[in-house]
Amino acid sequence: MIPVVSRSEWRARERRREHLFQIVSALVVLLAITTLVVLLTKILLEGYARLNPQFFTSFPSRRAEQAGILPALVGSAYLLLLTAAIAIPIGVGAAIYLEEFAKHNWFTRLIEINITNLAGVPSVIYGLLGLQVFVRTLAMDRSLLAGACTMALLALPVIITAAREGLRVVPKSLRDGSLALGATQWQTVRHTVLPVAVPSVLTGVILSLSRVVGETAPLLVVGAVVYIGTLPESVFSKFTVLPVQVYNWTTRPQHAFQENAAGGIIVLLALLLTLNAVAIYMRNHFQKRLPI
Amino acid sequence: MPNNTPSEVSVTYPRAVVQVGSTARNRRRVRLEEKIVRSFLFLCASLGVLTTFAIVFILISESLGFFEHVSPGQFLTGTVWTPTFANPSFGVLPLVLGTLLTSLIALLLAGPVGLITAVYLSEYASPRVRRAVKPTLEVLAGIPTVVYGYFALTFLTPLLQRLLPGLEGFNALSAGLVMGIMILPTIASLSEDALYAVPNSLRYASLALGATRFQTVWGVVVPAAMSGVSASFLLGVSRAIGETMIVAIAAGQQPNFTFNPLRAVETMTAYIVRITMGDTPHGSVEYRTIFAVGLLLFLMTLALNLISERIRQRYKGARL
Repeated sequence: MIPVVSRSEWRARERRREHLFQIVSALVVLLAITTLVVLLTKILLEGYARLNPQFFTSFPSRRAEQAGILPALVGSAYLLLLTAAIAIPIGVGAAIYLEEFAKHNWFTRLIEINITNLAGVPSVIYGLLGLQVFVRTLAMDRSLLAGACTMALLALPVIITAAREGLRVVPKSLRDGSLALGATQWQTVRHTVLPVAVPSVLTGVILSLSRVVGETAPLLVVGAVVYIGTLPESVFSKFTVLPVQVYNWTTRPQHAFQENAAGGIIVLLALLLTLNAVAIYMRNHFQKRLPI
Repeated sequence: MPNNTPSEVSVTYPRAVVQVGSTARNRRRVRLEEKIVRSFLFLCASLGVLTTFAIVFILISESLGFFEHVSPGQFLTGTVWTPTFANPSFGVLPLVLGTLLTSLIALLLAGPVGLITAVYLSEYASPRVRRAVKPTLEVLAGIPTVVYGYFALTFLTPLLQRLLPGLEGFNALSAGLVMGIMILPTIASLSEDALYAVPNSLRYASLALGATRFQTVWGVVVPAAMSGVSASFLLGVSRAIGETMIVAIAAGQQPNFTFNPLRAVETMTAYIVRITMGDTPHGSVEYRTIFAVGLLLFLMTLALNLISERIRQRYKGARL
């Protein structure tokens, strides 16, 4: 259908439409950037004042000014390390199996489809899984270990995908060379593929682990406690983490606690930024020294 | 092997892994190691399947205990959700409605915004703009949801309350809007992938027929990428349905059966968190409600993910 208008009129109208869309899309794109800027500004303004040494060295308290994030910070660090200790070997192992060993059969396909679907399961469902399996059935109670196991299951699909991408960096010629020399599959992986792939695998794995630091819902379900007067002493201790502490402070009606929440968020974001920076640094650092 | 080869050579090359002149015993050892490692790696890979089975088993077995007390019909059609009251009522619809309401608001924001962002990035933007916008979206995707919840409750709700006097302190609207920001990166980047998959020949053909850029983009490119775009929308909605912290913080935790976005609602995820944080005795009917609600949530997100994945697989395989 061609509208009956003069050519110049038509051209002018189309040009206006084009301009209009450009303006609209520029505004829309600006919306994303603006939101991010507003969000960060709001948090910095609210929480900046709380970032004093006392905030980092105190336990939670009924008085907002005396409350601090010490157990949450320590808990987050322990949880991250413990989760990494559980999830990295399993995740990288699964990735090695799928990339280097697996035959193309129905079970391999099942594993792959399964990993894709697990990545889409809401995190709160993992909380229910952890509650029933680790907290109740395996009687770990509401401990750091139960939390770490739950988070490891949650992080696995992402870690496996990232590690597989890391392994794909290694060119096939290296594998073929090793196999042609008579090395077995595992010898090839152990001595040829892994030494080359470690940086790229580790970068991906660290990036996926940074998700664990910000995750809240499954830990609330598994039973991270909010009021805690001691630091975790073993993997069986009760624990809290930064996002849970932030959640608790956010939901208090008093404004002073929300300032605490903003302070906690700044620390949380700084932690995430550090993890990402480490991953990116590692990538850039090792990329240069790749032997091929 | 000649003896005059300096052993230091191996420093810069991969170590020699196969011993020359290996004995039969050695070979047996290598084969055994190979077998053990292989089985271990296989176990690692199978853990995912085990996790899925465990999730399904736990949700179903605990739900069965729940459905001994409450009939599934009553559960799925009731409009009053008061499991913790002395005289409890177990109609899950208020939670489902709360979930759908907040997710719909999120989609109404993130759908158009995400699509326009994707179109702009793939068809219009200069490399300089792309370099600025892409990292922004990545940062938005990396922000923990508890931070978004804080933002919705302490910034967006007070702001909206000035514009909409009827807005409650906890409400579906601001939780939904912030959730829209949260799923925006997912929708934008997946839609962009879909737009990229459209071959340039289609664009050239349209432009050669005298269509303007705008007409080409919206009349040819976007329709050609529609299946991918809708897959990204579905995945976004699935994320929104499963999202917990934003709604637990900002939407309130009252299971109101309402379509009014200005009121407080409770989503399925927020309910699960509320019950597990309280001191509900293990094994009681109300404790089991979280697994019944969890099962429903799991099935809803699974269905959306599967459809979305299917659509994506189809357009990946299709050649235009």
